[in-house]
Amino acid sequence: MKIKNCDIAVIGSGPGGLAAALAARQNGAKEVLLIERDKEPGGILLQCIHNGFGVEIFKKDLPGPAYAQHFINEAEEAGVQFLLDTMVLEITKDKRIFASNKSEGMLEIQAKAIILAMGCRERTRAQVQLPGARPAGVYTAGTAQRWVNVEGFMPGKKFVILGSGDIGMIMARRLTFEGAKVERVLEIMPYLSGLMRNYVQCLQDFDIPLQMQHTIKRIIGNERVEAVETVAVDDHWQEVPGTEEVIACDTLLLSVGLIPENELSRQIDIQLDPLTSGPLVDNHFQTSAEGFFAAGNVVHVYDLVDWVTAAGLRAGESAARYASGELSCREKKIAIQHGKNVHHIIPHTLDPLSLQHGDEQLQMRVTKPLEQPVKVQVLDGEEVIASRTLPYARPGEMVTIELKAKHREQVEKAQHLTVQIIEKE
Amino acid sequence: MGIKENNKYDIIIIGGGVIGCMLARFLSRYELHILLIEKESDIGSVTSAANTAIVHPGYDAIPDSLKAKLNVAANPMWDQLAAELQFAFERHGDYVVAIGKEELPKLDELLERGKKNGVPGMRRVSGEEMRQREPNINPAVSAAIWATSGGVCDPFGITIAAAENAIANGVTILRHTAFEDFIWDKTRIVGIKTTQGDFASRWVINAAGLFCDKVMHLANVHPEFNITPRKGEYFVLDRAQFTVNNVLFPVPTDISKGILVTTTVHGNTILGPNAQNIDNKDDKENTSQGLDEVFEGAKKLVPAINPRHIIAIFAGLRAGGNAPCLTPGCDYQHDFIIEIPEQVQGFINLGGIESPGLTASPAIAQYVIELMKDAGEHLKEKKNWNPIRPARPQFRHLTHAQREELIKRDARYGRVVCRCENVTEGEIVAEIHSPIPALTYDAIKRRTWLGTGRCQGGFDMPRVTAILARELGISQLEVSKKNSSSKFLYRSTKDAGGA
Repeated sequence: MKIKNCDIAVIGSGPGGLAAALAARQNGAKEVLLIERDKEPGGILLQCIHNGFGVEIFKKDLPGPAYAQHFINEAEEAGVQFLLDTMVLEITKDKRIFASNKSEGMLEIQAKAIILAMGCRERTRAQVQLPGARPAGVYTAGTAQRWVNVEGFMPGKKFVILGSGDIGMIMARRLTFEGAKVERVLEIMPYLSGLMRNYVQCLQDFDIPLQMQHTIKRIIGNERVEAVETVAVDDHWQEVPGTEEVIACDTLLLSVGLIPENELSRQIDIQLDPLTSGPLVDNHFQTSAEGFFAAGNVVHVYDLVDWVTAAGLRAGESAARYASGELSCREKKIAIQHGKNVHHIIPHTLDPLSLQHGDEQLQMRVTKPLEQPVKVQVLDGEEVIASRTLPYARPGEMVTIELKAKHREQVEKAQHLTVQIIEKE
Repeated sequence: MGIKENNKYDIIIIGGGVIGCMLARFLSRYELHILLIEKESDIGSVTSAANTAIVHPGYDAIPDSLKAKLNVAANPMWDQLAAELQFAFERHGDYVVAIGKEELPKLDELLERGKKNGVPGMRRVSGEEMRQREPNINPAVSAAIWATSGGVCDPFGITIAAAENAIANGVTILRHTAFEDFIWDKTRIVGIKTTQGDFASRWVINAAGLFCDKVMHLANVHPEFNITPRKGEYFVLDRAQFTVNNVLFPVPTDISKGILVTTTVHGNTILGPNAQNIDNKDDKENTSQGLDEVFEGAKKLVPAINPRHIIAIFAGLRAGGNAPCLTPGCDYQHDFIIEIPEQVQGFINLGGIESPGLTASPAIAQYVIELMKDAGEHLKEKKNWNPIRPARPQFRHLTHAQREELIKRDARYGRVVCRCENVTEGEIVAEIHSPIPALTYDAIKRRTWLGTGRCQGGFDMPRVTAILARELGISQLEVSKKNSSSKFLYRSTKDAGGA
């Protein structure tokens, strides 16, 4: 078996992994190996040919492949080594990676630090337990996106889309551009699960109907999808009898949520947060396994790629400092808990000393839409340490708040911090 | 009659499920010219591909029934069969679990029945012992029966292994070939008409599973016999998140063995099945009521199961019949039929082969051979019969060193196409060019287990359609899930036009 050594190995070359590899090099790591299972680097960005990427960090509105190319170029110039068309099969606690590819066979890679950047995967039909037959024509939105944008095939003529996730809404527009008919988009919740801008630009502008509080009751067709039976649901997700409707279609796309992909993390018993399905991380994006860092959607699902890049840069910098012995793992860490209206929060713990070096961003998702001005508050018990006002908070959009150098003393003395989002009085 | 010379056989088997394929394999030992026909695009793709995958000890079947005899006779045959045909089989025993005191009498009944049926290795374990053996079990477990001869297998795996071994020993298998009618010479069946033409044969064996009633009615046998399909629904759980270590049955009801929580040879835990009589033999739909029933039923045995761990759902059909047990004094109306009927010559009739049909399959094949001998058929063993069917390599089951060797031999084994189950391009290509070529996505899925994991094919599907197209020399637009009516893709984006 071929053995390779490196300072930092990064698993996955999507935006999180690219940024992490780049930052690791920029922060002094000598050999940085970026491992990608696909034939080209860039991850899911390569199939996201729509624009909307880079608005925050470049102040430019780029398509996905262009955004990816920017970081591929930077990583190449910085001397990151790419290992493509290579699948990681196993990781070990002593930071070895076993992988395989066609050209070199089995590989054993020994690293000083490992950055997990496997991204996320789509929830499937089984996970939302859609009854009915099992014909061809039921695909996740991302699979359809790859077929249309990378492979160059249309998977159907007449579509129904379940779930108002961003990929689903973007595919509704894309399929319409390609001449398909998108009958409607159904969302079981009473609110949008993706970004409002995608609703406006992808559905509203193309007169594609969105039905809130609706789901699929049954998939019809033994060989290929022939129709779906839809039904309205009440506030407790129970079907409302008498609201059934059969919609003829040949394809059902699912955009029903994303789950961080942590199968490798499980192999070495990295602690996962049941709310995010991602690893517990500190503010350096270090996981519960020393020397293992996590970057991007493998931690929790972001709304914008820009924030994935930022997280990747931080994870890469931290991993490089760890590999050089600069990042101690023994500081006091303060737990951060999710309070009222907060579904989950990243990071899970904070090293107060970090606040000397710069601001620390806390990232969270709200549990339900709050369509009025809200306050995001960081609390030590009853005491508000930091607060921020926002015009609204919606589940489809990540909410952030920063802790700064001035908060350090208060953070240091806290048992733990709680973050809540409350309606402003 | 106009039947071509090369369409003349000694034996034609109607149906390529586990029973038909096992018959073909066992009969291939003899100097016989054998044809097996299957109406679907693949063998073993109906009941044999969607069931609980259990090798039963035999304590469930009604004493003196054919089911009981053949189940108990077949169970010990599985070790040698698995060694010869090289499919996945594990014998770790199974448990029937009583929850609360009121279910205890049922255990005694089963122990007694097991004794009557001649099942070896059954004993009672206490609630305490059961909790130690299976920490996830309902803490209210009062006692259990442990039957050491219970096992789990890959039911499609055994079916295709038997079929490939039959082919290696000279059997012809035709897929996409549906039986239409018999060809008669007075009261003797001398051949069959199919969707692919006529075939002559000295013997025709009915192994048509869900459709065996129609076949036997056309042979003028048992007009009173009917198959009532009984649907069972299942959940598959993510093995990375939750598993049980054992095969756990509840105490049985009158119509079924109940909803199990069981481990599989793939390491996943499955829940199911329920039992619902239906009319339509093609109805394999999951229903929300059925799924709810299964989940609630499984929770009774293992309360810790969590809907978040579900990665797949499926449904299968049991070919439930209404044949009375022929043993005098045995009042049982759902026995197997395995017979050479007197009123028709050249016909071997099998019917109502539901559970424990998979377990019993090798004994059923032996039983049919005995019936043929009794009917005067002179069976001469082949000198060069080869009982071994070599398994093809499965990357995920190899050590890293074995993987290294395999990739050296064929680089395509280095490229993982299914990320959850670690199935490689090499395995997919091997199945496409195997003795019973996998020509559809589902055929590859059944053979390699790709697409069965957490992402349910989301990752591999576009890659597999590309490999299938390349290997078969067809357009990706022609690649299908099950057959020509279930294509994945509609047109190239480069083509003008659209809907």
